[in-house]
Amino acid sequence: MTDMIAKDGVEAETVEAVKSLSGKYKYGFSTDVEIEYAPLGLSEDIVRLISEKNDEPEWMLEWRLQAFERWKQMKEPDWAMVDYPKIDFQDIYYYARPKSMSEDKPKSLDEVDPKLLETYEKLGIPLKEQALLAGVEVPDGDRKVAVDAVFDSVSVGTTFQKELKNAGVIFMSISEALKEHPDLVKKYIGSVVPQSDNFYATLNSAVFSDGSFVYIPEGVKCPMELSTYFRINAENTGQFERTLIIAEKGSSVSYLEGCTAPQRDVAQLHAAVVELVIQEDAEIKYSTVQNWYPGDENGKGGIYNFVTKRADCRGDRAKVMWTQVETGSAVTWKYPSCILRGNESQGEFYSIAIANNMQQADTGTKMIHLGKNTKSRIVSKGISAGKAQNTYRGLVSMHPKAENARNYTQCDSLLIGDKCGAHTVPYIEVKNNTARVEHEATTSKVDDDQLFYCRQRGMDEEEAVALVVNGFCKEVLQALPMEFAMEAQALVAISLEGSVG
Amino acid sequence: MNSLIGKNEISDTLADFFIQPNGATWANNIRSEALVAFNDFGVPTKRDEYWKYTNPQKLTMIPTEPAALFSNDEPPMFESIDRVKIVFVDGILDLSQSDDLILEGATIETLVDATSKDIHWAKDLFGSLEKNGQKPVKRPLAALNTAMAAEGLVIRITDKCKKPLAIRYIHNSETSDALVHNIIKIESNAQFTLLESGAGAARFNSVLEVDVADNADFHHVRTQGRDHERKTVTHIFGRLGKESIFKSFTMTVNGTLTRNDAVLEFTGDNARATVAGATAGDGESFHHDDTVFITHDAVNCESRQVFKKVLRNGATGVFQGKILVKADAQKTDGYQISQGLLLDDNSNFLAKPELEIYADDVACSHGSTVGAIDEDAIFYLVSRGVPRKQAQDMLVLAFLAEAIDEIDSNDLADDINDRLAAWMNRR
Repeated sequence: MTDMIAKDGVEAETVEAVKSLSGKYKYGFSTDVEIEYAPLGLSEDIVRLISEKNDEPEWMLEWRLQAFERWKQMKEPDWAMVDYPKIDFQDIYYYARPKSMSEDKPKSLDEVDPKLLETYEKLGIPLKEQALLAGVEVPDGDRKVAVDAVFDSVSVGTTFQKELKNAGVIFMSISEALKEHPDLVKKYIGSVVPQSDNFYATLNSAVFSDGSFVYIPEGVKCPMELSTYFRINAENTGQFERTLIIAEKGSSVSYLEGCTAPQRDVAQLHAAVVELVIQEDAEIKYSTVQNWYPGDENGKGGIYNFVTKRADCRGDRAKVMWTQVETGSAVTWKYPSCILRGNESQGEFYSIAIANNMQQADTGTKMIHLGKNTKSRIVSKGISAGKAQNTYRGLVSMHPKAENARNYTQCDSLLIGDKCGAHTVPYIEVKNNTARVEHEATTSKVDDDQLFYCRQRGMDEEEAVALVVNGFCKEVLQALPMEFAMEAQALVAISLEGSVG
Repeated sequence: MNSLIGKNEISDTLADFFIQPNGATWANNIRSEALVAFNDFGVPTKRDEYWKYTNPQKLTMIPTEPAALFSNDEPPMFESIDRVKIVFVDGILDLSQSDDLILEGATIETLVDATSKDIHWAKDLFGSLEKNGQKPVKRPLAALNTAMAAEGLVIRITDKCKKPLAIRYIHNSETSDALVHNIIKIESNAQFTLLESGAGAARFNSVLEVDVADNADFHHVRTQGRDHERKTVTHIFGRLGKESIFKSFTMTVNGTLTRNDAVLEFTGDNARATVAGATAGDGESFHHDDTVFITHDAVNCESRQVFKKVLRNGATGVFQGKILVKADAQKTDGYQISQGLLLDDNSNFLAKPELEIYADDVACSHGSTVGAIDEDAIFYLVSRGVPRKQAQDMLVLAFLAEAIDEIDSNDLADDINDRLAAWMNRR
C-alpha cells in the first residue's frame, strides 16, 4: 500500500507515521501547563477583562461592547443541517492563557515555556527558527514558513519576525498589532465581516482574544508562506480568534492555518472570524487544514467549529483562493466567502470535507459577483462515512452590474456506508443575462469496480478506500501548498479509518 | 355567475374569508383537521425559507387583486385531442359546457357529490396525501385548499383509459378567487392521462392528489393560461406504488405570479417519476416558481426533474428542487436539471437545487445553468440566412424542447410545441 500511495506523492514515511497511530486522533494529548482563566461565563465584565488583558486602546473596548450588546439581542441560527445540544454560553471560559505568558511576557521564543514549544514540536510545527538561522542547511527548494502559534487565547510566538520586517511585511498577533499598528487595525477590522454580521461573528467581535494580523504593503510578494497554528488546550474554553489580512495593491501572500485540540469528553466551542482585504492586483491564498478533535465514535466531545471567513476583493483584478481540508470538529459551520467587488476580480474555493463517525459538517461558500468580468470557481468534495452528516451549502449571486461574470461550481459527494448522509444545498441567484453560471453536483458511493481493482492487487479494503478517496479529492489537494497537501492526503486516509468493514 | 360564492367578504383573515363546505361527517372532519393545520402553520410569508425567492403576499391577501380577462383568438388547448372535456368557470364546475362525466375505465364524480356520501372510497385519500406532504416542509396554502375547496373532481381509474380527461379552467370574472381540489386514485395496472389548461380564476388555488397503485401509469400535461394578471398556486401530491409511472409536465406562460409545488413520494420499488416544466416569462410583473420535493422511500426508483425557463423584459424564474433519499432507498437514480435562459439583462433566475441523501448506493446528480443565448449559435443561423429574430426564436424553442421531450405522447408534445412557437411573438 505504501508503495502505491508513495507514487501518488506522499512520502512513505508520512504514511507510516500516520498508520502507526492506528486510527486514534493523533493530536489528542493535552499539555500540562498552568492556565490562567478569566471567570466562567460571559458578561460585560468579561469583555472588559479580555480587552484589559490585551492592553487594548479604548476604541477597541467600545467596539467589543457594542458587539456584545448586539449579540445579546441575537438568536442562534438553526438553519444548518446540524444537530447538537444547546450551547450554554455561560458555561464557557472566554479567556485562558498559559500562566507563563502572563506577567512578564517572553521577549523572544527562547524565553517561552519549553512545555509550550514542546507541544508544537509534538504537533510537528517548527516554531524554533534558530536552527535555520544558525545556519543549518536548508535543502534547495524547501520553503520557509513563518509561524504564529496561538495557544488557547493567546499568541505564543511568531517566527521569522526579522526577515519579514525587512520585506516590509507585518505578521504578528492581533493583540500586538493593536499596540503597534492600531491605525491599521482600526481601519480594517470589521470592514469585511461587520461587527454584528451573524450570531457567532458577533460573539467573536465581543470576546476575541487573539489571532493573527498580516499586512502586505504595496507591490510586496511575501517572501515566505505565513502560517498560524491554533491549539485549544484548556478544558471548557472557547477559542475566539480573529484573523485580519490586508494585501495592498500588487502584493501577494500565501497563508496557512492549522488547528488541533486535545481529546476531551466535553464539547468545546471555536468561533473564529477571518477577514481578508485584497486591493488592486493583489492576491491572497488562504489554506486551512482543520483537524480539531472530532469527538469519539459515539459523538462525545469534540469541537464545535462555527467560523465566519470572508474575503473582500476591493480592487480590480484582485484574487483570492480559499482551500480547506476539513477533517476534524464534531460540528462544522463554515462558509468562506468571496465578495468580488473589483472588476475582473477572481474568487476560488476548493474544499474537502470529511465527516466520519458522528461528525456533522455544514460547509460551503458564497461567491458574490458585483464587478464586471468577475470569475469564481467552486470545487467541493464531501465525504461521509460512519453515521456522519455532510452538507454543502453555497451561494452564487450575480448582481445586475456583474457583466460577463462567470461561475463554475462542482460539488461531489461520496458516501461510505449506509448510515451516513450527504446533502447539497446550493443557492443560485442570477440577475444579469451576460453572466454565466454552471452548477453540477453528484452523489455516489465508492465505486465497487475501483475497490475491486485495488483489492485484486493486494490492498486491504481500508487502504483501497483511502486510495479511491484520495483520487476523488485530487483536484482540491492539488490546490494546496506542497507541505499541506501531504499532510492533508495522510489526514484523508486517517480520518476514514474504521469506516469500512 | 357570482364568483364570490363561498366567500365571506368582511373577514380579515384568509381562513375566515372562505366558507368551509358542509358534507358528510368524514369529509367535514378532514376539512376541519386541515383548517386546524392551516391555522397552526400560519399564512406563508417571504421570511419562510420555502418562499425565499417568491413573495406569497398576492396569494394570501384578501380579497385578491382583480385580474383583467385575457382575450385572444386562439382555440382552447387540446382541441385536436380525442378526450372527455370538463369545464370549470372561475373554479365552479359548468356542466353545460362539459361532456358527460363518462370515461371508459374510470368513474368520475364531483367533489360535492363524493364528499356528501356517508360512505365513499375517497375518505382514505381526500386530504391524506396533502397532509403527508406537509412534512418536512409546511405548505399552508394546500392545507387551506383541503379545508375550504368545495369544487373539484373525484376520479377512480380501474382500467387502462383510452381517452384522456381534459379539464379546462376558464377565467371569467376579474375578481374570482377559486379553490379546486381534485382526487385521483389509479388502481393496479390501470392507466390514466389528465390534461389541464387555463388560468382558472383571478386567483386560482388548486390541489391535485394522485395515488398511483402498483404497475399503474399516470400522465399529466398542463398549461396554465396566459392571462397576464392571474395569480396561481398549485400543489400536486403524488404517491407511487411498485413499478408505477408518474409523469407530469407543466407549461407556464406569463401570469403575475405562479407557484407550482409538486410533492411526490415513492413507496413501492422500481417506480419512475418525472416532473418537468417549460416556462416563458415576458415582462417585469411575471414571476414563476417551480418547487419540487421528491422523496425516495423505496428501492431502485428513478426520478427526473427537468425545468427550463426563458425569461425576458424583467421576468423572474425560480426553481427549488429537492431529492430526498431515505436510508433504505438504495439503488436510487435521481436526476435534476434546471436551466435559465435570460434574453435581456433585466431578467432574473433564482435556483436552489437540493439533494438530501441518506443511502449510499445511489446515483444522484443535479445541474443548473444560467446564461444568455449563445451568440455563436445565433451567428451560425444568421450566416445561413435566418433573420436574427427568427434565429433567436428557434434557439429558444430548442431550449424549451428538452423539457417538452419529457411528455410521452407525441400528439400532446406537438400541441405544446405549436402553441409555444405561436407565442414567441406575442405576449
